[in-house]
Amino acid sequence: MLNAELVGRTFPGVDSTLVTQESIAAFAAVVGETNLEVAPPTYAISITLNQSQTLLQDSGLDWTRVVHGDQRFEIFRPIVAGDSLFCSSTIESARVMAGNEIVSVRSDLHSGSELVVSTWSTLVVRA
Amino acid sequence: MSTFTVGQELAPKVYPINRALLVEYANASGDQNPIHQNEEFAKSVGLPDVIAHGMLTMALAGKYISDVAGPAAVKEFGARFTKPVVVPAGVDTSLVISAKVSAIEVGQIKLDITAMVDDVKVLGMAKATIVTP
Repeated sequence: MLNAELVGRTFPGVDSTLVTQESIAAFAAVVGETNLEVAPPTYAISITLNQSQTLLQDSGLDWTRVVHGDQRFEIFRPIVAGDSLFCSSTIESARVMAGNEIVSVRSDLHSGSELVVSTWSTLVVRA
Repeated sequence: MSTFTVGQELAPKVYPINRALLVEYANASGDQNPIHQNEEFAKSVGLPDVIAHGMLTMALAGKYISDVAGPAAVKEFGARFTKPVVVPAGVDTSLVISAKVSAIEVGQIKLDITAMVDDVKVLGMAKATIVTP
């Protein structure tokens, strides 16, 4: 179970992630995208989900039973190669429904002081 | 750029998903959860077979909406993962994506997206906002 005291807390990212042209190309190749000037719209998840996993595992959540409930992106500008992105994550809510633990996490990707992409993930820990 | 009308239906496209694509997505996204690659493990945790990453389904829907006005035009995109996409070994699972224009606003349109596998919806409340030139 997630430590309930962590709900509402924001965890600043420790390291920035440098977005490479190769990582954009690899993500784009999966979906058949040939425009490599910007990252595909869901590319941010490759940064935010890993950080959420670390954060939630450290907070007591059993990641082996996690399934993704829903996902939303707000893209203020497209991610491009050369961006150095800091990810800060906030546990917005945690509740139990029918034995399943449901946790919502918001992650913000900043380049310097500029907010580039916000993501909201609902993760369900199956009972 | 074509003009849009509210209620306009955009043509469906088919995206084949197979085990090789799941490995490719796992490597590109960093999501190496074994339920998306290892049949034995997937079944051991109560799944019918290997399932696709929900985010792969969403990435393919992201390609669909990128094709409307380019990947840089997507401003908002959200979906619920309502049904797992089962990916058996040795065959392609066909994901069919279509969309309807739900609203036209100044400089942008909103889309309701439908994603189906075997006539079953695999995404719920799938919506996007796209900037139009």
